[in-house]
Order: sequence, then C-alpha cells, then structure tokens
Amino acid sequence: MQKQRLIPKLQMTMSSFGKKPKMVLVTTINFDRIIEIGDPVSQAKIYEAQAADELIFVDIRASSESRMTTIDVVKKAAEQIFMPFTVGGGVKSLEDFRILLANGADKVSVNTAAAEDPDLIDKASKVFGAQCVVLSIDFRRNKEGRSRVFVKGGKEETSLDPLEWAVEGEKRGAGEILLTSIDRDGTRQGLDLEMTNTISEAVSIPVITSGGCGLARHFVEGFIQGHADAVSAGTYFCFKDENPMQTRAQIKNAGISIRLHQ
Amino acid sequence: MIGIIDYGMGNLLSVFNSLEYLGAEAEIISDPVKIGSMERIIIPGVGAFGDCMRNLTEKGFVESLNEFALARKKPVLGICLGMQAMATRSFEGGEFKGLGWFDAEVVKIIPDDPKLKVPQIGWNNIIRKKEHPILTGIPESPDLYFVHSFHMRCNNREDLLAVCDYGGEVTAAVSKGNICATQFHPEKSQDYGLKILKNFLSWKA
Repeated sequence: MQKQRLIPKLQMTMSSFGKKPKMVLVTTINFDRIIEIGDPVSQAKIYEAQAADELIFVDIRASSESRMTTIDVVKKAAEQIFMPFTVGGGVKSLEDFRILLANGADKVSVNTAAAEDPDLIDKASKVFGAQCVVLSIDFRRNKEGRSRVFVKGGKEETSLDPLEWAVEGEKRGAGEILLTSIDRDGTRQGLDLEMTNTISEAVSIPVITSGGCGLARHFVEGFIQGHADAVSAGTYFCFKDENPMQTRAQIKNAGISIRLHQ
Repeated sequence: MIGIIDYGMGNLLSVFNSLEYLGAEAEIISDPVKIGSMERIIIPGVGAFGDCMRNLTEKGFVESLNEFALARKKPVLGICLGMQAMATRSFEGGEFKGLGWFDAEVVKIIPDDPKLKVPQIGWNNIIRKKEHPILTGIPESPDLYFVHSFHMRCNNREDLLAVCDYGGEVTAAVSKGNICATQFHPEKSQDYGLKILKNFLSWKA
C-alpha cells in the first residue's frame, strides 16, 4: 500500500555574516523574521536518519534577490542523502531545471517564474517529465480578504486565485502542487485545512500542504480533513523538540497509512 | 569495477553517488567497448521506453549488453527504466521491442481504485515472491521509493521477485539467473535501498 508522506522543508538563505557568502538554514514567520539556525545539508542528514520520506530545499530569497538556488547545496545533498528531494527558489528557465536535475535534484519547484510565464510548466513537463515539476503556490489573504497567490518570496501579490492556479498548473503538466499558507507560516497554529481540502479535491495530482504545523495533530488534520497526500513543515522540525520519527508514530496512530521505519 | 551504463537517460549521478558512498569503485560508461572489462553492471534510467531503446541501439549498447548478460552471464542490475528495457516489448507510447531478457511486457499501471494516481510516486511496501541474495538482511516487507507509470508484466511467474499493491499487483522486482532488476529506486530508498545495492555488489551470480 502506498504511503502518505512527511516532508521536512529546509528553508535557506544566503548568510549575511562572514566574508564568503554561504547558504544557511533558516526559519521564518509569515515569510518574514528570518532566524538563522544552521547548515542545510547537515540538518538534511539528520532528517534522513530520522527516516523523513522526502525533503524540500528552498532558497526563500532567491527570486526577490534574482539568483538561482546555490548548486553547491544540491551537489552536497546528492552526495550524502539517499532519498528523493525537491529544490526550489529562483528557478527561471528550462536550463535552471536541467542544471538542478543534473546535479542530483529529483524534482524542481517553480513559483515566481511560473506565475510570470506559465508556459514554463508545459515546457519543463514535456522535456523532463511531469514527475519532476512541482508547482509551488504561496498564498495569503489580501487586504480585501481574498486569497491570492504571492510571488518573490511572498513580497508581491498577483491576481491569481490559488485554486484556479492549481487547476491550471495541473492542466499544463505540473506533477505535484506544493501549497504554502503565508499567513500560517511559522505560526504553529495549524495548517489552512480549508484551502488544502479545496485544492486536493480539485486536482488529481498529489498536493503537499505546508505552513502552520506546530503539533503532531496538525499533520493528522492535514491528511484527514485536508486530504493532502503529503504534509511539509520547516519550523516544526527545526527546533528539534519534535522529529519525523515521533511525529510519524502519532500519524500512524491516527489510522493514516504512513511509512514506519522498522 | 562496477559499470553504470550511460545511454543518455536520466539521473546517473544518484546511482554513482550511492555506490561511492558504499565504497565501491564505479565508472560511468558511455562507450559500449568498456563493458567487457567490468565485473558487474547497473543499467539505470528515467524516461520513456522508446527513447531508451533507440539510445541503447544507436549508441551500440545492445550487442555488448547481450554479450555481458547472456553469453558471459555476469551480474547485472536494472533500475526503473533500466529494468523495463529487459522486457520483450513495451506498450509505452506505441509498441517497442526491448532487450528480451525477460519474457514480459511493459504495460501501463491501471489501478482498480480510481483515487490512486498514475504515475505512482512515493513509498510503497514490497511483497516478496521468492528469496534472493539482493534482499538479504532487510525487513520482510520494506517501504521503497517508486516513480513510474508503467510496469513489467511477467509471463513466467518464477521471474517475479517482488510486487507491490497499487490498486492491484504491480511488479516491483524481477530476477533470473545472473540478472536482477528493480522498479523502485534503491539509490533513493535510504538505508534499505543502500543495503540492496550493497547486496548486489557482493552477489555471486
């Protein structure tokens, strides 16, 4: 039987300290208030030891600062981590896809570039296969109270409606949707179950939901009420009070089919 | 030396990295002439069957692979598309002839549960159909990582090494003499996957 997935998200940014800039692991609240907490690859190794199902690496400031996710992190991860991982942040072209995949990423997520040029989804899907194209949708409520897709690390509002955008993304050939509520990000108040469920019901590709997990119960809700195929969390795992092993046990106890590492 | 066959289909780096991690000496082989000097080979692959066979043929791999696997009977491991290439034929995007090492056809997965999505992407537990040295030392029914829309349907049940349940029986691994192959990705399946690769490295076929 196939399993639901638990996916730690490693948010990264270029460190502002030291002479040589390097990628560091961070947490955020509402995509803001960045706290540096360590090295992404060594944290990824820990997640592997704790039998996380997949990993997501995302350079959260790549699009707003116009750079492509550092290849070094991808290369290092591929040498040391033997599980599937997605890389995102600042991906703009087919060439960016090619470089990340050739350096060991299994999937590439696009957000800003896809919103600006939706054809990128069609092209990437045709050239590399739908299974490696992840449409990342960051959304929040705007001043009028409507949910809108935001790009450039949550800095810029678009006119796109998250549900319509997810449906269009699937039509264009995305293989997976990575949904993130900016309003819930880092708050530990729980996932946006309503949006998760709305989108999970509307598309037939897997939906990974994220933003807001603070308790193991929130993951369970994401699967049962949100009907998500996978739940991803950054902050929740980063402070080490919780880890994928114990969270998994609680998800299993709620009757959800999840991988138990014997 | 372990040869990883590079015929222009997908992610060889993960396979290479995992062998290196296990301490094996591996070489990526894009010239068929080099196959002869290898102790064992791995045929990886991600992509479409038609392109796969066209590339193998155009790059001149078919004859040297047959020589290595069938005439000299050296250990071979196929992964994902590299496994499917060993079938008699495939119906992915038309009808294509395969290497024919297994009496089998590659057909689309049609789950009887409409909620199950194709491609199957994710972790699924395998169910063993027989014992084999490459599965030594791992749990009876471990979860392993799959990414595929097609699978190999064997005409000889004795070739089946393991299956998984995805709205019906889906072939997860096959073996016959010196040849074994997995639909799942051992190089992406964490410790049990690495153990399978390690078993292959010491397998005396």
